[in-house]
Amino acid sequence: MSDRPVMLAVDRIRCDGRGLCAELLPEMVRLDDWGYPILAAGPVPEHLRSHAERAVEACPVLALAMRRAEPKP
Amino acid sequence: MSVIAQIERAGLLGRGGAAFRTANKWRAVAERSRGNAVIVVNGAEGEPRSMKDRFVMTQRTELVLDGAFVAARELRANRVVLYIGERHAAARDAMLRAVQGRPERERRLVSVALAPARYVAGAEAAAIHFIDEGIATPVNMPPYPVERGVGGAPTLVQNVETLARVALLARGLPAGGTLITLAGAVASPGVLEVDSETTIGEALAGAGGMSEAPRAILVGGYFGRWMETQDAVAIGLAHGNGLGCGVIGVLPASRCPVCEVAGIMRYLASESSAQCGPCFFGLRALADTCTQIANDVSKPEDLSRLHRWANDVRGRGACKHPDGAAIFLSSALDVFARDFANHRHTHALSRTA
Repeated sequence: MSDRPVMLAVDRIRCDGRGLCAELLPEMVRLDDWGYPILAAGPVPEHLRSHAERAVEACPVLALAMRRAEPKP
Repeated sequence: MSVIAQIERAGLLGRGGAAFRTANKWRAVAERSRGNAVIVVNGAEGEPRSMKDRFVMTQRTELVLDGAFVAARELRANRVVLYIGERHAAARDAMLRAVQGRPERERRLVSVALAPARYVAGAEAAAIHFIDEGIATPVNMPPYPVERGVGGAPTLVQNVETLARVALLARGLPAGGTLITLAGAVASPGVLEVDSETTIGEALAGAGGMSEAPRAILVGGYFGRWMETQDAVAIGLAHGNGLGCGVIGVLPASRCPVCEVAGIMRYLASESSAQCGPCFFGLRALADTCTQIANDVSKPEDLSRLHRWANDVRGRGACKHPDGAAIFLSSALDVFARDFANHRHTHALSRTA
């Protein structure tokens, strides 16, 4: 078990700007003028976890992920 | 005292541009190495106006190699890769000649990879990608090179000047100062070694002063920031001061800053490795808009768009390319605010100056 905050992350190389994440999780994702996601700063709040999970699962190119924050080496 | 402790005590910061603490990087590789670490000697020098890495490879060749083999010993490496810009022929020849003079136990570790002449090729992850797969584009991090780099082994990617400074420390000498490249409207442009107490103004004076009345100074090359001349000349040339790769460029008052900035933005956009949308599309849009302002065909909302987009692209690439371009542009919009807002008029003024 870990109490490190859960973060949303985009694989920028993989992301194609399909935009499903912004539709499923508008509370945390907006799109830039070219259709690529801009994530809200900070961890995913508890009440949005299930929505965030749905957005992660819906990404057609598997570019969106949710993971516990890890310290840099 | 171990070399890492010496590096730590000297507070040495990396000279490739990111000013990362060298001791931390060495320690991270040392902790992970099981005799399989890789040392990448980074002499890609993709920054267009920078010359100091080529200077150190041709003029201080033995120091660079000493630093590389100190690293190999200290970090228990079994490979040393010389990663040298493909267009830096003199530097490559000097390095290869010097390798021939090293003992067999060092020579057998060495291989050479010629870095493509692209802006991002010198980034750590791009260097590793190129050495492993022949493609000099950045990859996602983590894993960081110190964890999994060349061939999956813990890897130290270190700028050639940094390695030369390590060699000095390992000999019990001070690490010395900083190599900078003076460019633009300078009487004698080129590479200069300065200590961290020296200000930009003093360095310029040491190079014969400015050759024309200056309009502004670009500190840190194309990943750097524009500053008003009077602010820039007072800055000390210490790493951690936003010195980047050490390029100090003087823009003369006779040149139009907007046209200059637009040209550099077009270059940076064309140097995107086209992997990440915000960088590929964002830098292109920024460069196009700058060009429209320079060509006096811009729309009223263009300036506010530049500000917004520069903010939007930051932190949204696998590497720092969009960040560098955005910081460069934001500083330009700040220092050259009047020129951007009123280009037709100020352009005519700079041409008659």
